[in-house]
Amino acid sequence: MSAPAGSPHPAASARIPPKLGGAAASGAAAPAGPGPGPHQQNGPAQNQMQVPSGYGLYPQNYVAPSGHYSQGPGKMTSLPLDSQSGDYYPGLYTVPTQNVVTPNTASQQPGAQQMYGRVPPAPHVVGSALGSFQGAMSSASHLQTSASQPYSSFVNHYNSPAMYSVNSSVASQGLPSTCGHYALSAVSNASYPGVPYPSLPAGDPYRQQMLTSQSALTVRPIRESSLSGQNTAVSHPSPLPPPPSQQYQQQQSLSGYSTFSWSAPGLPSTQDNLIRNHTSQVAANNNPTNTVADSLSRSVMQNVQPPKSSPVVSTVLSGASSTRPPPAAPRPAEPAASVAQPPELSQQKGMQYGEYVNNQASSAPTPLSSTSDDEEEEEEDEEAGVDSSSTTSSASPMPNSYDALEGGSYPDMLSSSASSPAPEPAPEPDPAPAPAPAVPQPSKLAKPFGYGYPALQPGYQNATTPLNSGVPPSSPGYSGFQQYAQYPGMNQLSSSLGGLSLQSSSQPESLRPVNLTQERNILPMTPVWAPVPNLNSDLRKLNCSPDSFRCTLTNIPQTQALLNKAKLPLGLLLHPFRDLTQLPVITSNTIVRCRSCRTYINPFVSFIDQRRWKCNLCYRINDVPEEFMYNPITRSYGEPHKRPEVQNSTVEFIASSDYMLRPPQPAVYLFVLDVSHNAVEAGYLTVLCQSLLENLDKLPGDSRTRIGFMTFDSTIHFYNLQEGLSQPQMLIVSDIDDVFLPTPDSLLVNLHESKELIKDLLNALPNMFTNTRETHSALGPALQAAFKLMSPTGGRVSVFQTQLPSLGAGLLQSREDPNQRSSTKVVQHLGPATDFYKKLALDCSGQQTAVDLFLLSSQYSDLASLACISRYSAGCIYYYPSFHYMHNPSQAEKLQKDLKRYLTRKIGFEAVMRIRCTKGLSMHTFHGNFFVRSTDLLSLANINPDAGFAVQLSIEESLTDTSLVCFQTALLYTSSKGERRIRVHTLCLPVVSSLADVYAGVDVQAAICLLANMAVDRSISSSLSDARDALVNAVVDSLSAYGSTVSNLQHSALIAPSSLKLFPLYVLALLKQKAFRTGTSTRLDDRVYAMCQIKCQPLVHLMKMIHPNLYRIDRLTDEGAIHVNDRVVPQPPLQKLSAEKLTREGAFLMDCGSAFYIWIGKSCDNNFIEDVLGYPNFASIPQKMTHLPELDTLSSERARSFITWLRDNRPLSPVLHVVKDESPAKTEFFQHLIEDRTEAAFSYYEFLLHVQQQICK
Amino acid sequence: MAFTFAAFCYMLSLVLCAALIFFAIWHIIAFDELRTDFKSPIDQCNPVHALVLPEYSIHSLFCIMFLCAQEWLTLGLNVPLLFYHFWRYFHCPADSSELAYDPPVVMNADTLSYCQKEAWCKLAFYLLSFFYYLYWLRFRLGTRPVSSLHPSAQPGVW
Repeated sequence: MSAPAGSPHPAASARIPPKLGGAAASGAAAPAGPGPGPHQQNGPAQNQMQVPSGYGLYPQNYVAPSGHYSQGPGKMTSLPLDSQSGDYYPGLYTVPTQNVVTPNTASQQPGAQQMYGRVPPAPHVVGSALGSFQGAMSSASHLQTSASQPYSSFVNHYNSPAMYSVNSSVASQGLPSTCGHYALSAVSNASYPGVPYPSLPAGDPYRQQMLTSQSALTVRPIRESSLSGQNTAVSHPSPLPPPPSQQYQQQQSLSGYSTFSWSAPGLPSTQDNLIRNHTSQVAANNNPTNTVADSLSRSVMQNVQPPKSSPVVSTVLSGASSTRPPPAAPRPAEPAASVAQPPELSQQKGMQYGEYVNNQASSAPTPLSSTSDDEEEEEEDEEAGVDSSSTTSSASPMPNSYDALEGGSYPDMLSSSASSPAPEPAPEPDPAPAPAPAVPQPSKLAKPFGYGYPALQPGYQNATTPLNSGVPPSSPGYSGFQQYAQYPGMNQLSSSLGGLSLQSSSQPESLRPVNLTQERNILPMTPVWAPVPNLNSDLRKLNCSPDSFRCTLTNIPQTQALLNKAKLPLGLLLHPFRDLTQLPVITSNTIVRCRSCRTYINPFVSFIDQRRWKCNLCYRINDVPEEFMYNPITRSYGEPHKRPEVQNSTVEFIASSDYMLRPPQPAVYLFVLDVSHNAVEAGYLTVLCQSLLENLDKLPGDSRTRIGFMTFDSTIHFYNLQEGLSQPQMLIVSDIDDVFLPTPDSLLVNLHESKELIKDLLNALPNMFTNTRETHSALGPALQAAFKLMSPTGGRVSVFQTQLPSLGAGLLQSREDPNQRSSTKVVQHLGPATDFYKKLALDCSGQQTAVDLFLLSSQYSDLASLACISRYSAGCIYYYPSFHYMHNPSQAEKLQKDLKRYLTRKIGFEAVMRIRCTKGLSMHTFHGNFFVRSTDLLSLANINPDAGFAVQLSIEESLTDTSLVCFQTALLYTSSKGERRIRVHTLCLPVVSSLADVYAGVDVQAAICLLANMAVDRSISSSLSDARDALVNAVVDSLSAYGSTVSNLQHSALIAPSSLKLFPLYVLALLKQKAFRTGTSTRLDDRVYAMCQIKCQPLVHLMKMIHPNLYRIDRLTDEGAIHVNDRVVPQPPLQKLSAEKLTREGAFLMDCGSAFYIWIGKSCDNNFIEDVLGYPNFASIPQKMTHLPELDTLSSERARSFITWLRDNRPLSPVLHVVKDESPAKTEFFQHLIEDRTEAAFSYYEFLLHVQQQICK
Repeated sequence: MAFTFAAFCYMLSLVLCAALIFFAIWHIIAFDELRTDFKSPIDQCNPVHALVLPEYSIHSLFCIMFLCAQEWLTLGLNVPLLFYHFWRYFHCPADSSELAYDPPVVMNADTLSYCQKEAWCKLAFYLLSFFYYLYWLRFRLGTRPVSSLHPSAQPGVW
């Protein structure tokens, strides 16, 4: 199973292998053996009866598969991709697989070739192939049971739980929100009864896809028939009617579905039928065996599990997860087409799973006693199936960063509607108009072969990866056995084998158990995207972009008890003010809000009728105001549900004067600069003044914008810049104990009126203090003065400080003991030494003034105390350790870039943010830079686009009576143009009642970020070691809780659901992060700064900080490259953060968020060094290199475009460090290789063992 | 002598206990106001802060007095709260001037509910101790006279 392990996308890894094997087997002699075996063994009489037909079909199915074969290898080959070098599992690939090109070698190459091979077969062939797939799957499952009895139990675990758990979940909920399709039909109907709801048909990609309506029609009757037949068959023997019938339906719909989509192109309907029948019957076989099996004998049967035992339930998520891999959005013509083919296949899988699950879930609630019922349901199911599958296909979460990547051409709201479900709305054919979103992985896999398939759905592309990942590179017949050999772990086996059976497909990908200690390459090749909430397609389309709004659990547990059982943190991660290029801005006289809870109207409210809507947070029924009846966009009347507010989950309102306590303030900027000897020595003034001069016109603001300057050493200097003066006037206040403003009126001046004076000042400043001998710094008094200056208006104060404040109020002593830097025991002084800064910050916050701190210090400056000034006034903190404009050019460059961003980025003044959530949930702790004014209201003197927030949630009342919960953040701010605006984000999530569903919906990145925030709090309030223990315990608790839910897995193994498989890795990364590490020498300020960043960075950036991305860049190719602004950006696969991935022959790029490191191996190819770095050989590369020269070579171009692309995705442009293998700077680089052992910390594997030990205790 | 030092202690603590009860009620109201959004934590925490130190010192005064009066039982009952106050006082973040209620933190639902609970518990404690003191006041004042009444029966003393 090494291959899947390596595989980036957990997705199908377990399942596909079997199929592959099965398929292959079918091709060979094998199929017959496995197929019949189990039937006879297990099957009650009827089963056998059915069997024959199934058998008869087998050959048919397998005959077609020329294309099918090629697929197998195709999947395989893609695998090597991640383990690029193929070091680890060469054996796997060596197996002589059919016609495919030698799979090994350049991973991408083979993939492409295979695809090539795959492509030729006409669509109908593909269809047949799929049929065979299913057949293969089912047969394989049988094979598995018969062949490997010992493992069958696991399989059961896989299979059976799905049915049962579904039952349970459904039972408890009135509305099975979990099942996408049902939710769609039922919920949407319920919620929009009176409203014509157009999106349903539109939503499913299938119709748009290749499906002709005819084919759909044909499919349906067939299904029904088969269904009825099965039902009858089942009814006799099975004492447990519901489960089997469910199964049938699922099976049916599954099969039907598959044929449905696949066969459409051209497969003769008869064959369709055959396949369908075959599959369904096989399914039938399975089912009865399962259910009956219970009663019969455990060991033999697949379905050993007692109904209730393990809630390893699948929800629709499976589909979602399968699509999770990078959303392939429409791409520029060629590649897109090429990509399309393979993905299609994979997608198919994903869809099947999704649908299957959906059906299950949906069908479960109704007691399927009578056939007529069944039929009805079948109908529903079908529709639902389509829908749900559409959702799955559409589900590809739009990579957040991609928005940015594309110049953010996706509006935020769009990203939810268009981008994240990207595929569905836009019929693929014309990729051009779409803003060439990055198609990281899939595209990579695919070479531009597929010109012929322009019409393929983008949705298919998405799924590529899972498919690939899933395929165990093994020769056809032996897949299972190979895995045995490689992965002795039973669980692994079970997971891989589980995929053999059709039923296993019911388990969502995110729940696939992963044996962590066995899985060598846990890190996927592509960036990890946010899981898509398990909602129906309509809601999913409308939902808020995960960039702005994420929840740690995309399936909200129904009760606090359930949450406690899951041992996972529940919280929200917000990035409310992030840069959006398109945002619906709504100007209307009345902003429609709920009258009781003041929720803004949003896409998730329900319209009772034309004139009334029901709040989705407090359930109050409100009137629709007259004005709202008119839709300004369509210029039509009477369609309140089509208003932009109801169509977009991220909107911005222009607020009326009701939302103002005072007239909107102008943009006011005050710069408070340290000019003591230390500061002058460091030379930051030059950089700052230069940046300011350059960006003076770009400062956000209007004609009222005001600006002021103060400098301080042991005294405070004000600058009178009043218009009319011939030159700036410096006013010195030396009474720092009682600071006063010398001329209150002329210190903050209008930017436009006094521009010349300001420029004069900026030009003069760097040289004004060159001879100063003043070493003291009176920061406290300067801040007090700044506060006085700003308090009439509010605004932004930017403080530049270079040393420990040593005079006046707020003076600080050095608290750091350098000998304790690498202490493993106690790290003290993480909290502030004085309340002065906090109090001042609160005062500032009250006067709508935010203080941003730039700390450029070479020595300890007690950031822990200083940071308070920004933390509570909603400012931001920048720290440049050992800044020197000459000696440390990289820091100087970083400051320059940061300043550019800082000065020109958007800014909101006098802001408040309120977070509301559905009744029953409550927020209890906030993280970020702000002042909490009331239980749900954050006071933000300033808001900037780079600020992130986190909120911890608890479930106060049981959510049993609701199937959806919503969260809404409303950010009310004054724009730099003096407009009062409200930006509203609304997130909708399903409620689940089973533990497995909770695990299925874990957003591991969000969870880790929330944990990091909590750990920061803990380390300040308690101690660092406490925080570290808490982090480890988080892993231990959640994994052991999961382990106890999966009852029949081996307890000795460390099992995690696929959704949580990165959890231990990330926690280990956190433990090795500067903020939390012990044993490694860490300066206190560095540590505190890391904590500050954890608190206020948005998730995207924080994740890079916690777990950097490593790429190999000496072999960049255009394969899978994406196009951004006419540039070709190569997309190398992610490498795991371990030195074992580094080879001396290579060059690696590490993206740490705030810095890039390029590590050059000793024997790196001279061509690369010459072409990219511009030096003849390794020896001649300088020690300090921070730029890549612009060379006119292909590899240089690729490397640069890749780096620029990475840079463009984030606000703080990171500085590039070229690190030679032998340079001292390499420790910087190596400390980020978190999977390796250090003298003070575990390696990843050791950490896993440690966790395992803890669990077993 | 009927009016012993102990009796005086009880009398004083009875009066001061009334003040403490008042403080506790004030706290409860203040936190409730916070919870229901009526006031900003900054505005609210200042008066609360103003009351915290007096409360602590008054309570410490009790303990010292009871210690001097050698009222061991009463002292024993009060000591836990005394230690809690000390802990609160020295364990609070940063400068002790701000004491326990930190405006930025107090709005966290956890902290707020903790503060509220604390206030309620204190109210209960102070109420109980009020009656307790009342009883002991009666006892300290009453026993002697009663015991001295019977043998000598001199009405003029009381």
